[in-house]
Amino acid sequence: MKIFRAIGLTLLFLLTTLSSSGAAEADLRAIIAKFATAADFSETGVIVRELTATGDPAVERPLAALAEGNLYIRAADSMVFVGKEASDSIQLFDPLSGEAAGEASADDLTQIGVNNTLRRTIRDALGTLTLGSKDPTVRIAAADTMFKTPDAANIEPLDAAIASETVASVKALLEQARGASILVSDKPDADKLAAIALIGARGDRNAVSLLTSVEANASGAVKEAATAAIASINSTLAFWDAGQNIWYGISLGSVLLLAAIGLAITFGVMGVINMAHGEMVMLGAYTTFVVQQVIRTSFPGLFDWSLVIALPLAFLVAALVGLAIERGIIRFLYGRPLETLLATWGVSLILQQAVRTIFGPTNQEVGNPSWMSGSFDIGQLAITWNRLWILVFALLVFGVLLYVMKRTPWGLQMRAVTANRRMAASMGIKTPWVDALTFALGSGIAGIAGVALSQIDNVSPNLGRGYIIDSFMVVVFGGVGNLWGTLVGAFSLGIVNKFLEPYAGAVLGKIVVLVLIILFIQKRPRGMFALKGRAVEA
Amino acid sequence: MRGNFAKITKILSAGVVAAGLLASASAKAAEDTIKVGILHSLSGTMAISETTLKDVMLMLIDEQNAKGGLLGKKLEAVVVDPASNWPLFAEKARELISKDKVAAVFGCWTSVSRKSVLPVFSELDNILFYPVQYEGEESERNVFYTGAAPNQQAIPAVDYLMSADGGSVKRWVLEGTDYVYPRTTNKILEAYLKSKGVPAEDIMVNYTPFGFSDWQTEVSAIKKFGSAGKKTAVVSTVNGDANVPFYKELGNQGIKAEDIPVMAFSVGEEELAGLDTKPLVGHLAAWNYFESVNTPENKKFIADWHKFIKNNKRTTNDPMEAHYIGFNMWVKAVEKAGTTDPDKVIDAMVGVSVPNLTGGYSAMMPNHHITKPVLIGEIQANGQFQTVSKTPGLVMGDEWSDYLPDSKDLISDWRAPLSCGNFNVKTGKCGGKGTN
Repeated sequence: MKIFRAIGLTLLFLLTTLSSSGAAEADLRAIIAKFATAADFSETGVIVRELTATGDPAVERPLAALAEGNLYIRAADSMVFVGKEASDSIQLFDPLSGEAAGEASADDLTQIGVNNTLRRTIRDALGTLTLGSKDPTVRIAAADTMFKTPDAANIEPLDAAIASETVASVKALLEQARGASILVSDKPDADKLAAIALIGARGDRNAVSLLTSVEANASGAVKEAATAAIASINSTLAFWDAGQNIWYGISLGSVLLLAAIGLAITFGVMGVINMAHGEMVMLGAYTTFVVQQVIRTSFPGLFDWSLVIALPLAFLVAALVGLAIERGIIRFLYGRPLETLLATWGVSLILQQAVRTIFGPTNQEVGNPSWMSGSFDIGQLAITWNRLWILVFALLVFGVLLYVMKRTPWGLQMRAVTANRRMAASMGIKTPWVDALTFALGSGIAGIAGVALSQIDNVSPNLGRGYIIDSFMVVVFGGVGNLWGTLVGAFSLGIVNKFLEPYAGAVLGKIVVLVLIILFIQKRPRGMFALKGRAVEA
Repeated sequence: MRGNFAKITKILSAGVVAAGLLASASAKAAEDTIKVGILHSLSGTMAISETTLKDVMLMLIDEQNAKGGLLGKKLEAVVVDPASNWPLFAEKARELISKDKVAAVFGCWTSVSRKSVLPVFSELDNILFYPVQYEGEESERNVFYTGAAPNQQAIPAVDYLMSADGGSVKRWVLEGTDYVYPRTTNKILEAYLKSKGVPAEDIMVNYTPFGFSDWQTEVSAIKKFGSAGKKTAVVSTVNGDANVPFYKELGNQGIKAEDIPVMAFSVGEEELAGLDTKPLVGHLAAWNYFESVNTPENKKFIADWHKFIKNNKRTTNDPMEAHYIGFNMWVKAVEKAGTTDPDKVIDAMVGVSVPNLTGGYSAMMPNHHITKPVLIGEIQANGQFQTVSKTPGLVMGDEWSDYLPDSKDLISDWRAPLSCGNFNVKTGKCGGKGTN
């Protein structure tokens, strides 16, 4: 097969300037028509390789369609088409020219199946075919694919591509891909040593992966050089690993902060043990789901804005429910923590079951807007966009809340009521309404946390359950009644957890963290940042 | 407040009395019906999976009644809610058998709930149909296992990954939720992989708690493990809610199925319903049934289901098929025995064969497990699975794994004269022990 590919690729680079003749097109059509008779994946794979071997750039369209499962056979005449799903039928296009060729119902078409192995074959094939693309990002993808699947036959086309490459960064990647191909070829050791130096400088996991397989198969100087290169990459990677753990810790901390910050108000400031806090988070997530449903059906263009639209709505929904709970139940139970605990636990069950009845017990799909999908690299550190945005968002919410508490008249009244209720009442503050609004604020903030958490977790009636324990842990650990304590508590728990996880595993890690917290609370019962003053004793 | 509470209690007790009256009234009306117990959680964490099974049972019972019932009597479903609470499963099972006098019970999802009801079923001598794939190492006289044993799911899945079609995988990550099913399955798989010559350093085992949602460290560890120059795959026994964040993290960290495929044993159509599957295309699952299977039986089943549940978007899944098979087997065995008496039905069950939904027949074996085809499917962009491999014949459920030292000599045969669930062929005695 390698020979086929080598010949094909040489042809490709000889013929790129020439347009394919009519005869060549007929040949391609004959090969494509064979898809209709392929009995299994390996036969389809043979046809794919045959198509690649022609080296004609025109095969990109049918191959890409096949990889995505969009290549169909029409039952009536065994013709092969690229299909695009429309509302209730499938639109057909010619596999080579891409011209529209009518439409057919799904029952009259057979989809050509692909599996992972085929997808890989096609990806590798497209890599070599798209090396001469005008778009640099396509060339980068091609270089990347060829680096991961090195092949001695790739050296020649890569040489040609490097010679004509103008963008320095793409050129570097192409040279690394060439180096990778040299390592698996039978070139002299001097070339291989140069290639190892080149790849060693790349310094990422893919380089380690390649060098490890080289190390296993080589001998003498090449083997030694590979071993040395792996060791040097691994020592750099160890450094990045530590950075990665810190980032993961910060990211987990931001999730904990978001989940706990509403509780820092209702439990921390007001002293209400609110077991229904998690359900407020869940209501926020369901609001996001409903908003996305409406956007999907009525305004598909606004999808990227769905979270921004959901934020105020989630705040309102959760705040209103919170207000109803405070007015309807909690206000009768102030000063009776045990009854509050049981009553709010009951409320949480009612809310869960209500959501289950309305939306069903299954998970609901909440999509990621495009700006929250995927990841980017800083050095060897992959940072996912959704985690980064959640961190930014958590800090933003924290900042706004801090401002409200410390700099607005409402915040002042809230703090006054918590510090000394009777004194505040005698100063003319309507304490019942301050209580109600404070509880609504805490619940509303839990609601907007739900919008963010819907991006990383299940949107199901049980969503809140997973966060309630962690939230209490953060608030108690940080110091009840202190917002800064919640911030520091969330991030330190997150980082400690993520540093333990790689060594102890997720299960044991969590247990160790809990034990540490118990010991800490024994030593400092009021948490890290305890409130001081007479109010605490009251 | 006290006054209010007193009032509430009064109303409540009145309600309870009224409900009691209603129940006794319906009990009288139902004397010439056959009762079927449904023991699935309708609230709590497992409601996400089990509610669907309750609905499918109601549908099957409705259909049977439309066909004229069973032994000339109508069937009547008795639904209870064990609320994802394992001890409550045992209580509710007792209630179904002693109070409601059901002829058979269809229920349970998690292994721990099954273990919790086992003593009740053997004490009160009734029948349980258990529809979920499980870890094996068990065979009880009163239980019929219609889900897959490890050799009907895990072993063929690993075989597929080792084959050229599956990518000739050389390095394995066994990722699971920390409870009995993943731990036992992974123990079997580890022994199996080692018997196939996989060295210990090429196997990584990791467990996470139930409902785990922060997968960053685990996914990056998988990435790291996968960069050792050998083809790597993940075998996932991650259960329930933890799957969605797991797959989201895989997608975000850019782990493609072509590079490191994830083979899951607990992810079906229902679990994928809460996910955007475009980044997951090509990741795998091993089951005995997929909604996408193209047979007339399956098309009819899906159409009936959509009509019954009044929602064309609801998916079907493997445990639903297991209940379909189990219920039809029970109906056939009752007809064969001419009575619903559990003792006689248990004896009549062995050898009963009914059509499954994938175009063949499933038969009840003497070890109370059934024969099934094994399908490997790849996730598609529309949230369905595309079958990429199917075992040529039916696979018989093997309750005692051949790969575990404690259970390799055990067999189960509930036919007379052996009538033993754990017969040790080495010592020739009934009563060997498994790993549990």
